[in-house]
Amino acid sequence: MIDLLGMPFMQRAFIAGCLVGFLASYFGVFVVQRRLSFLGTGLAHAAFGGVALGLLLQTEPLWIAAPFTALVAVGINWIRTSTGLTGDTAIGIFFSVAVALGVVFLSLRQDYTADAFAYLFGSILAVTVADIWVTAGVTIVAAALIPMWSRWAYATFDSELAVADGLRVVRHDYLLSILLAVTVVVAVKVVGILLVAAFLVIPAASARLLSRTFFAMSLVSGAIGILSAVVGLLLSYQLDIPSGATIILVQAAVFCGAVVMGKR
Amino acid sequence: MPQIVVSANKLDVRYGVQEALNGVQFQIERGSFVAILGPNGSGKTTLIKALLGVIPASSGELEIFGRRPGRIDPARIGYVPQVKTLERTFPALAVELVVSGARRRWPARVRADEKDRAMEVLDSVGAAHLAERALNALSGGELQRVFLARSLIRRPELVMLDEPAAGIDVAGASDLYELLEEYQNEHSATVLMVTHDWHVAHHHATHVLLINKRQVGYGTPDHVLTEPNLRQAFGHVGHAHTMSYSVGEAEKGG
Repeated sequence: MIDLLGMPFMQRAFIAGCLVGFLASYFGVFVVQRRLSFLGTGLAHAAFGGVALGLLLQTEPLWIAAPFTALVAVGINWIRTSTGLTGDTAIGIFFSVAVALGVVFLSLRQDYTADAFAYLFGSILAVTVADIWVTAGVTIVAAALIPMWSRWAYATFDSELAVADGLRVVRHDYLLSILLAVTVVVAVKVVGILLVAAFLVIPAASARLLSRTFFAMSLVSGAIGILSAVVGLLLSYQLDIPSGATIILVQAAVFCGAVVMGKR
Repeated sequence: MPQIVVSANKLDVRYGVQEALNGVQFQIERGSFVAILGPNGSGKTTLIKALLGVIPASSGELEIFGRRPGRIDPARIGYVPQVKTLERTFPALAVELVVSGARRRWPARVRADEKDRAMEVLDSVGAAHLAERALNALSGGELQRVFLARSLIRRPELVMLDEPAAGIDVAGASDLYELLEEYQNEHSATVLMVTHDWHVAHHHATHVLLINKRQVGYGTPDHVLTEPNLRQAFGHVGHAHTMSYSVGEAEKGG
């Protein structure tokens, strides 16, 4: 274990895994409780479009993917709140358009297709120091916004009651959407576009089964996110299997345990 | 001169091109108990949401305490929504829901002084034993009482209720109206309640607002709950003649 932690790439992997695990599972409670689980999948695919654009422009893909995905999140929220369409319809539209754009961008520079596939599955062991700084920056912003929890929780419980009590729900929803988008983008490097939605949904869903209050659900979800990242990384190293997928399988095992415990 | 709590003047509310309310006009004085009556889809809930500032008026004027909805201190208003439309899967305890009414935010932790106050109000509505229960473990009637406690904890001057008796048995509904009248008398509060029940409107309300997108009548129950008005609003007078209260009694001054 000490040998393992002595390796710089594993140190970076543990830091990135814990930060992303916390971020995604903290925001995941709002996603799950608002029945927007499909949003994680939609934003992850939007990130694919952004990554492809970054590769086309020959720049760091995540720098392009972050604003691109945030823009998609704002678009989804705008369609959801200002038309009669439901959230899943809005997500479905943006999801498809972002993937279509990604395919077109990649077709323009086919020599980068292999790099794009690396983002589909992620590689926590290839996380750079710069990635750590970006993820830490996002975590600091999320921590600074923890006082917003009571407002977001209130709007999650009942948005009309929150509006009636003077809360600017639309503004908070946009802020939350952008934070979710950025979280998804930083998580893409760790777990990949195809599996990132699990980070948002599984820890929060497990926490819901184990908690009587929304505050407890938020704490338990964050703890599951961090612990599953640590256990998943250790197992992936021991068994020599992909780290992102292993973390998600650990989260799935926790979920199964929560189902059993929740039924007691 | 009586204080006007709510005033609507040629109020129109539309959802896109669909008309929800058209030309509604009334004034509610402090201390009134107003029943908003009308068939399904008549705009009753829309009116409550417009008063709460959740839905904007398309045209006309709407004021609460002399100001536009959304521009007054929310603590002056208590709101009890329709229980059937509420999200019951949210993980929360009844006491947290009551405290959220005082804080106007969702509480991460309930402080001891907040809990004491919440217990006091829950006790006043006969729901102290429900404090530590999860919301999804409450029956419709129990949840309604907890929501009433939530609205009363801020000692509102105006209490708005959207079909508070829906899903509650007759005895439970009767208790609820008694609690409301008690609060109203103690605090000189104004009550605005959406209901489908003509009987309740006649026996508990000082005024009735009868609507079906357009205003059919506003005034005392005896003046508004007449057979022509009910026929205009509902298209029929239903089973009113078989109830303990009948339209005929109302017309006689019942």
